[in-house]
Amino acid sequence: MDFLFASIIDGLLLGFVYGIAAMGLTLIWGVMNVINLAHGPIIALGMFGVYLIFTGLGVNPYIGVVLVAVLGLLLGMLIYYIAVHRVINAPHLSTLLATFSINMIIIGLGTAVFSASPRNVDFSLGSMTLGPITLLGSRVVAAVASLLITGGLYAFLYKTRQGRYIRAVANNRDAAELMGVPSTKILALSFGLGTMLASVAGALIATFFPFTILAGGVYELKSFVIGVLGGLGNPIGALFGGLILGVLEGIIPTFMPTTWVPVLEFVLFVLILLVRPQGIFGAKK
Amino acid sequence: MSGIRKYLGLILAIVVVLAMAAWPVINGKDITREVVFTMLLSVGLASSLNILLGYTGYVSFGHVVFFGLGGYVGFYLMAVHDWSLWTAMIAGGLASAALAFLLGKAILRLRGGYFALATIGVNEAVRAFINNFDPFGGPVGMSLNFQVYKNYGGGAREALWMSFYILVALTLLITVVTYMVRSSKFGLGLLAIREDEDAAEVMGVIAPNAKTWAYVLSAVFPGILGVLFFFKNGNIEPAPAFRLQMSIEMIVMVMLGGQGTVLGPILGGAGYQRLRGFLLTNPLFKNIQLAVAGVLLLVIVLFVPAGVVGWVRQRFPKLRRVLQ
Repeated sequence: MDFLFASIIDGLLLGFVYGIAAMGLTLIWGVMNVINLAHGPIIALGMFGVYLIFTGLGVNPYIGVVLVAVLGLLLGMLIYYIAVHRVINAPHLSTLLATFSINMIIIGLGTAVFSASPRNVDFSLGSMTLGPITLLGSRVVAAVASLLITGGLYAFLYKTRQGRYIRAVANNRDAAELMGVPSTKILALSFGLGTMLASVAGALIATFFPFTILAGGVYELKSFVIGVLGGLGNPIGALFGGLILGVLEGIIPTFMPTTWVPVLEFVLFVLILLVRPQGIFGAKK
Repeated sequence: MSGIRKYLGLILAIVVVLAMAAWPVINGKDITREVVFTMLLSVGLASSLNILLGYTGYVSFGHVVFFGLGGYVGFYLMAVHDWSLWTAMIAGGLASAALAFLLGKAILRLRGGYFALATIGVNEAVRAFINNFDPFGGPVGMSLNFQVYKNYGGGAREALWMSFYILVALTLLITVVTYMVRSSKFGLGLLAIREDEDAAEVMGVIAPNAKTWAYVLSAVFPGILGVLFFFKNGNIEPAPAFRLQMSIEMIVMVMLGGQGTVLGPILGGAGYQRLRGFLLTNPLFKNIQLAVAGVLLLVIVLFVPAGVVGWVRQRFPKLRRVLQ
């Protein structure tokens, strides 16, 4: 029983970070109906960002996370202007392939520079013990950071002019344009925010798991599952979806082999797409 | 004369496939045969996907699931139950077709991005399941006993040549099928669904059935090709059988050549593999071949979305009769 409880807590803490990663994917989907297939490599870039800042420059990894966030935002806006803007109104296939080409470019250059050997950020925050459960410091900090980021995102979307613009463009791009919203800039900003969230999630994951340049792929697939679970386009749903997935990953291995986790995850994913494509937390059509 | 003219598009496509196939036959080198094998395999897979992607307009991102599943079913029958390659290929194709039929009714209801996501989910679910499925060898997969190849013309080299000839025959068959679908009433229904599904239904196309059969048809051949590929390979494992990357490469090939045309996926599949071979062996691009391929893909998506054949058809309307 204690073991089950400990797995649930562990899964929950991890789930917050999954939620942040999925939030990046779901934000881009919600605003511009684009499935960002470069999501995984951007998560991996976040991991390597923290790694380079910590091992190369000797800066505290949590300051590194902030730097990674800024770089992630800029990178996302750059990707939008280069690859996405021209095909934003084209059929789905075009945006899927455009973002996938960015995926290939990042992975191709990344493997050439970093090779495919595993790295880790060798930085520990110790751990604390509460009765039967042991909490790893880095995971607690990551969970708290994820909550703060979610709060920050909501404050930005609901309290600032730019945030209102983003919601207006997501709601109806043509109408927003008629009201004088600079839609191209807002779309670029939204794409930037999405990649910022992805890179931050990667940066946080790097503080407790080893990684390679290909490591983002797993989290990209998880983000799809979570995004659909919480309703694509719904950031707060993504956070809850992340928690659900985290808890599932904590509980399932206690009664069946760990290798069955992805089977259940993806079956759940397809079932939700079929039965409730707007997600568990999505509004009715 | 008019009879031949009507079939010019098909004849050109067949000539292109035969020209590729003739290359290793003429120079007799094993290495050329391997290069052309990869090219023809890509042509077959891309042409199959084209029925769904190009004609019907549904983006299947997990199409490799049919290649992997068919390959696994056929391989299992050959390795464990000593079936011959022929019956195993038929069984593999039927297994993939059955999966597509069962899935089709359910996931083809989803449109656009949701369908693409669902196909990724299906591929990952099947891959993860096979990883845990002990009769298929779990994560280790299965291997063929080397003795098996003795039944196919003597040594390993003869078996490899025989695999090559089977592949040529299959590629020709797929080309004819994609041509026939395109010029049939069924195919016109698919094209109508691609342009506007709701309007197509109003005009009397029974969209759910047509889509399902397009899905089944585009799944059969990858299943058969999977059996042949892994027979030649000698072993099968979950990771190479259900590689998501390969699904996306298939889409790239269709896009490169021109989606919705018969000749497009043939040129796209062959061209993509040639290019990849060139980048992999070129000292300048060897390490960044994936990035170079990515830049090329981006340029095509942004500037030539209709693909090579589509672009030529738009520029030179007179050639439309020949380039189908």
